[in-house]
Amino acid sequence: MSRTILDINDFSMVFGGLRAVDHVDMHIDEGEIVALIGPNGAGKTTLFNCVTGVYTPSEGNITVAGPNSEIIRTNGKKPNKITELGLARTFQNIRLFSSMTALENVMIGRHPKLKAGIFGAIFRDKKTRDEEERVIVDSLKILKKLNLAKYANEPASSLPYGAQRRLEIARAMATEPKLLLLDEPAAGMNPQETKELDDTIKRIRDEEGLTILLIEHDMSLVMSLSERIYVLDYGKLIAEGSPDVVKADPAVIKAYLGE
Amino acid sequence: MILTFPIMVIKVNSYEGVVLWRWKNLMWIGIGTFFLSWLWRFLLDRKENGPGESKPDADRDGKFSLRKALGERKVKIPTLAVLAILVLAFPFMVKFYQVGIMTSALMFVILGLGLNIVIGYGGLLHLGYAAFYAMGAYTYGLMYLYWGLPFWAALPLGAVSGAVFGIVIGVPVLRLRGDYLAIVTLAFGEISRLLLENMSGFTKGPEGIAQIPRPGFFVKLSLQGATTYLFYICIVLVLFAIFVIRRLEDSRIGRALEAMKEDDIAAQSMGIDLAKTKLITFALGAVWAGMVGVVLAAKTTYINPGSFTLMESVMILVAVVLGGTGSIPGVILGAFLVTLIPEYFRALADYRMLMFGVALVVMSIFRPQGIIPRVRKRYLVGEDKS
Repeated sequence: MSRTILDINDFSMVFGGLRAVDHVDMHIDEGEIVALIGPNGAGKTTLFNCVTGVYTPSEGNITVAGPNSEIIRTNGKKPNKITELGLARTFQNIRLFSSMTALENVMIGRHPKLKAGIFGAIFRDKKTRDEEERVIVDSLKILKKLNLAKYANEPASSLPYGAQRRLEIARAMATEPKLLLLDEPAAGMNPQETKELDDTIKRIRDEEGLTILLIEHDMSLVMSLSERIYVLDYGKLIAEGSPDVVKADPAVIKAYLGE
Repeated sequence: MILTFPIMVIKVNSYEGVVLWRWKNLMWIGIGTFFLSWLWRFLLDRKENGPGESKPDADRDGKFSLRKALGERKVKIPTLAVLAILVLAFPFMVKFYQVGIMTSALMFVILGLGLNIVIGYGGLLHLGYAAFYAMGAYTYGLMYLYWGLPFWAALPLGAVSGAVFGIVIGVPVLRLRGDYLAIVTLAFGEISRLLLENMSGFTKGPEGIAQIPRPGFFVKLSLQGATTYLFYICIVLVLFAIFVIRRLEDSRIGRALEAMKEDDIAAQSMGIDLAKTKLITFALGAVWAGMVGVVLAAKTTYINPGSFTLMESVMILVAVVLGGTGSIPGVILGAFLVTLIPEYFRALADYRMLMFGVALVVMSIFRPQGIIPRVRKRYLVGEDKS
């Protein structure tokens, strides 16, 4: 049994009178691909935002396995600190740095791994120059991994839609995460692009030894990719298990199709 | 026409008690609006249809492009050399009065470059930039007043105090962005001016600090000599600012600033510490204002809070936006335009605010990226490198 990387324990998120996420327990083990599904407004993205620190959870614990397998509670930590702990995410509505080039977008992802400060930038000493050189090379490698190398000098906003989605993944990977959180990576893609994405996600999981948590509405992608699925409805966890188990679960069918 | 009717057409001569009807003015306004609206339509039309057709042409036909030409070594070096000689010889070629104006323009260039870090790279709309400027000026003024500090010691101190003040202002506004940030920085600018005005015991209040010495070049210089000397100091500072900012632009810090501007939530999710980056932005921007403040104190030998009003902040902002946010040559051009046009067209001086207002509106519709937009660095990518 591999170790747990992310553990969500009795977690709730309340916005005023609305309980967006209600007492949810989840855990993700190293090397897994886990999907989080549910009808619109079920609280999936809210959960993502809490895990990555955009919101502070109202109740419960979210813990992440630290570099020396110590357990670190992330509630209330800033997103950048959480990224440093090895979580990286993409966004449901693409949030690239649109006027920066694809390469620069990935270079931003390398930011926490670098050290150069203001004076390094001004005096441009050897250490800084080497570091810059390395960033460019590393970033290009990541772009190549996701078939984006040809867009390296294009502004992110001018990339085709599918490529923008991939660039978000590339940018997240640049932070060298242990756990990659993908928020609807296939949204708006055509079947061909979705198929490619399926392969890409599997490939980066195997090559990089990543663990992946994804939110997705495209059921064929979810079923083909994920090893375990959690289903949320109105903030409550209504089912979990392997794709086959979830597919047959009456509560899930009810949530999606009604009575 | 209706709106302008009361002021343009009716003139009451209260002395003789008669009303003058100036129908001719009405005609002029009619003709004017007609042609202006025609021009407006034409420009809007061109904006919508133009870029699609004209841009590829320019690239394909190898049309002469100034930017391309300047990029080539053969052209670049002589151009720079000529420019350098012109700049060096400038104080000896023109009247003394002109040197003073040019120095003010150069100071404005540095201010523009500094504000450009905050707005152009960091994307933080700062409307109280004059406060940093005042900070530098008063650093020199007060330190001279109390301790007799010389110019050259005050210059770095001005920069430091600017940066410190930048951070001090930065901390409370960390959580704000967009319009709220603009309002709060505006208020801070005014508050610091009012503070300077009212702490009469310490800062001498509205009467200001007088007889601040100009920098001496080993010996005490004449007025003329000192002004020329300050001109050269400004040139060096401008070059220094350009050098530092260009290097920051392509560095890890520069990228972080820009990521913050583009999308702060995404930037934070990529591991950028927003609080730290914002403070760095404010400090880096304020450093230049602090230095220019010291130069200003030395140039005019007299400072009072009245020199650091909101108008000052706005003019710097206009220079940045007009020239091109984020673009160094753009900001330099913008600063020259904003300072030199009112100087050389004295007749128009009364209307300069109107002119800049119109210019900004026109620019934001037809060329939002500024006169000289920023060119993005391209990284060498290809099989040869990897």
